This record gives sequence, C-alpha cells and structure tokens, in this order.
Amino acid sequence: MKQLIMKPLGDSALLIQFGERIGEDVNAKVQAAASYLDQHPFTGYVECIPSFTTLTVYYDLLKLGRPPGSGTASEYVCSIVTGLLQDMESISFSARKIVEIPVCYGGEYGPDLAYVAEINGRSEQDVVKIHTGQEFLIYALGFAPGFPYLGGVPESIAAPRKKTPRLSIPAGSVGIAGTQTGIYPLQTPGGWQIIGRTPLAIFQPEHHPPVLLESGQMIRFKSISSDEYDRLAGERK
Amino acid sequence: MSLEVMKKGLLATVQDTGRKGYGKFGISCSGVMDTYAYRLANWLVGNKGDEAVLEITWSGFAVRFLQDAWVSITGADLAPECEGISVPMWRPIFFLEGSELVFKYPRSGCRSYLSILGGIDVPEVMGSRSTYLRAGIGGFNGRALQTGDTIPIVKKAPYDFPKRRSDDRPFRAVLWSAAPASTYGRADTLLRVTRGRQYEDFRNEAIERFFDDEYMVKAESDRMGYRLSGPPLTLESPKEYISEGVTAGTIQVPADGQPIILMADRQTLGGYPKIAQVASVDIPWVAQLPPGSRIRFQEISPYESERLFLEQERKMKLLKRMIDYRIKEEFNAADRPEL
Repeated sequence: MKQLIMKPLGDSALLIQFGERIGEDVNAKVQAAASYLDQHPFTGYVECIPSFTTLTVYYDLLKLGRPPGSGTASEYVCSIVTGLLQDMESISFSARKIVEIPVCYGGEYGPDLAYVAEINGRSEQDVVKIHTGQEFLIYALGFAPGFPYLGGVPESIAAPRKKTPRLSIPAGSVGIAGTQTGIYPLQTPGGWQIIGRTPLAIFQPEHHPPVLLESGQMIRFKSISSDEYDRLAGERK
Repeated sequence: MSLEVMKKGLLATVQDTGRKGYGKFGISCSGVMDTYAYRLANWLVGNKGDEAVLEITWSGFAVRFLQDAWVSITGADLAPECEGISVPMWRPIFFLEGSELVFKYPRSGCRSYLSILGGIDVPEVMGSRSTYLRAGIGGFNGRALQTGDTIPIVKKAPYDFPKRRSDDRPFRAVLWSAAPASTYGRADTLLRVTRGRQYEDFRNEAIERFFDDEYMVKAESDRMGYRLSGPPLTLESPKEYISEGVTAGTIQVPADGQPIILMADRQTLGGYPKIAQVASVDIPWVAQLPPGSRIRFQEISPYESERLFLEQERKMKLLKRMIDYRIKEEFNAADRPEL
C-alpha cells in the first residue's frame, strides 16, 4: 500500500488512486480496499465507490467528530484511511468468484450478431465461440444500476457502435461496442451492437444486494438455446 | 390520509435525502436537489427533517388535500395559490379538507418543496423513498407524479397540531416565517468552487475564462446535471480519462468544452475531466437556477469550503431551534418530546 495518491473531491469525499493504468492487479487493490472500508467503517463514513484504478470515499463532514486542530476534514480522513489501509492484511489476488451468464445468441435476442460476424469476416458461430471463450473481469459497476464495466473484448469480434442508437433495448441484452462488452440492466435506448440476451435479472431492486454482479468478480458467458432461455426466464417469474 | 394530484405540471416527484451506500452497485443517489429548502420544509411542519416531500419543478402542478393537513411550501416561489388566494411560503399552513393548491408560474427559482406533517408515505426502496427516475424505482411507483395519482401520507404523525378552522378561508397560515434572505433563488449567482482533480490539465486561458467569464444555464439541464454554455474549456492536450467516482457539484467538461455540474440523479462514475467542484453550501443555489440564468465561478480553498459548510450547519441548527420554539408556542404542544 505504498504511494497512494489521495485527493479531495470537494468537501465531502476523498479520491484514492491505486495506479495509473487499467490492470487486474491495480483493480484488485481497489476492490480489496473497498471491501475493507465497508467492513471497517470509520465514524462519519458514508460509502465508497470503486472504479478501475480509484476508490472514492464519501464522508459526512458533520459526523466525523475529528479532534480540534487536526487540519481540514479531508486531511483528517486521509490519515484515517491511510491507517486503515495499512491495517489491511495482504491483498488476495486469487479466489475471484466466477459468475456464469447464460446468453441466447443471435435471432430475435441478438439482432446484430450477423453484423458483428460479417465485419470481422467470421461466422456467427465463431463470434459466439470467442465471446464465450474467455473470462471477463468486472472492473466496476456504473452507468446504470448493476451495469458491469468489463475487461477487453478480443479485436477479432470488436464492432463499432451503431450510427443511430436504438430507441429501446430490452433489459438483459448483451452488446459489443468497440472492444467493450456489457449487459443492459434496464430497458434503455442504446447504440451497442446487440448479439444476445440473458434471461437473468442484472438489476433486482427487491433483492439484497440489488444487483446480480459485483465489481471484482469475473464473468463467463455461456451459450444457451432459446428453449433454455424461455425455461430460465420462466423460473424467474 | 392522502393527497390527490389534480395536474401533474412539468415534473413533480417524491424525494427525501437520497439513497446512500448503493453507489458501488451503480445506483444513483437521487434525493432532493435543494437540501436547504427541503430541510426547512420538514422542520416547518414539525417533522424531523428527513421525511419524504414533493419536489415540484417549474409550473403547473396542482394538488388537492383529501383531509385537513398541515403543510409547508419552501424553495422556489412558483406562485402557489388556493382558490385564487396567494399562499405564503416558508411557514406552517393549515389546509382544510378538499382545498386545492396550485403552483401557477415561476416567480423566482426553479423547484418548490411541499412538506406535510408526518411525511409522504411511500415504501422505502434501498433505504430511501426518493424517486430514481432512470431506474424506475422508489418514490411513487418509481415515476414522476401523474394527474389522478393519490399519494399516501404517513398516518401516524408524531403529534397532532390543533386544527385551524375559519369560515372565510380554505387555509390558515401562521404570521411568522423562516424565509431566507432575498437573494435566495436569484438568477445571477456567484458559485464558490474548489479545484477539481484535473484542474491542472486545462489550458491557462481556459482556467482564466472559467473564472472571469459568465456561463449560462442551458434548457437541457435536469436532475442529472446542469449543462452550461460559455467560453469553451480546452485541455492542454487531449487525453482519455479513466472513469472514477463523482459527487454532487462535480463540474465535468466533455470534449465540446461546455461544463456540466452534476446533480442529484448523476451517474455514480464519470469519465470526463473535472475542472472544479461546487462547495456543498452552494449546491442548493444551483438547484434553483432556471434555464437562462447566468453564473460566475469563484475559487476558494478546500479549507474555506469546509468552513462555509460547517458555519452554515451551525446557523441551520439555530434556525431549527427557533422554528421548534415558534411551533411549540404557536400550537402549545408542550408534550411533544422533540421540542
């Protein structure tokens, strides 16, 4: 835990940078620090939000209860967080949970699978094979509730965004944009190339946690038939 | 116990202090835009301060009280009227069953708060009653209020104010008020800011213009963010930034150089460079800026930003004590423990 850069984000948050570049090792430190702070909250701690290389720690200025003469609140929180992270024992890089995401590729659920295959000079089966052939690290959740920011898609199935975004993309749609892939948690407009759909609920506001995936986990897509999709979707109801 | 929406107006939602602790799941905070007016609205009906209220934007909203009710209206002056009589703001008001309150047009500011004794009674979702429009959760069925909605009110109020019946008026307001200084909700505002994390990445000319020139609030501004137009803010050299946590008042600058102030419904992560951060005390002012308003930015130190906030909170505490005292005096509710 050396050389962390800590900068105030206004008067009620502190941003901690764990590295310069996006990488699995830097993100592992971010995730470890996030869960450590959630488990060992200091007085006045509100929450923290992990991202690719940074962790933002939010606090309540009125509840910090800092001793007089301890400088600014952000300096005080800096020193507390530094202390806490030093207490944090060695960071585990292993034992990432792998979550399998069943996806029905192509057809009505994946209207752009043919396009993604065509611009890459491959068959649709190849695209599915490549998409299901690796694990993706969830670097962060953001953009929409439970939306996973995933590690790189191989160039061999990359595809540009649609020039005109669709007005409505169903929840559970799996898309590709450039070398990014992701799952739409909500029905929203969107410009990603949609290659399939999962019957799983990514955002489940009535559950705790309210999202299926958590940052720091790995996901692996698995190809399923439309019958299987219907069966799994039926189980949800 | 309930209210009936007679006209939905431009946008009205149920809000409270917002959803805390779910940012790591990508879930926005939501909650009231103007925390100052919100807290006063609750205090003025004897609520604790974190009860759900109605946030009413701009004009056209109308509501009918389905039983006698103590309420308070704070925030923007949207020309509230009841049966053609102007309704005073920033004070407790007793409405008779069946009376209708209309928000006619904006005189100053942008968002009005309507509090009611006990608070709006909608289920908590993830610890908050706030409406999160984009995800369709919280508040009243996860959406903006529509004409015809019947909004439940918490039945068991902490205590009962005596009823104020009168023959000639549909409502009775107390004579005192907790109205803020006349500068509240003014359209030309100086916003105090601290430096953002990528402040140094902007060209010197951009920084100079940011602090010397005026920026105008664009019509596309909403609960997610205030979009400004003015001299473009350019980076020393174009760069890709990695998304990281943001907060209310964060000023992001997308590639077009036109700054955006992030507000209550902001996304949890932002990928644009951050030039500055609005001091917490000034965020309620942003929430009251209607489109076309002109604003200027003034740099303060992080220490000053904290000091202003703590000073304001001390004043708020005093104000709450005074309000509690006046309410007690007014209603002679001596047995109320919180007072």
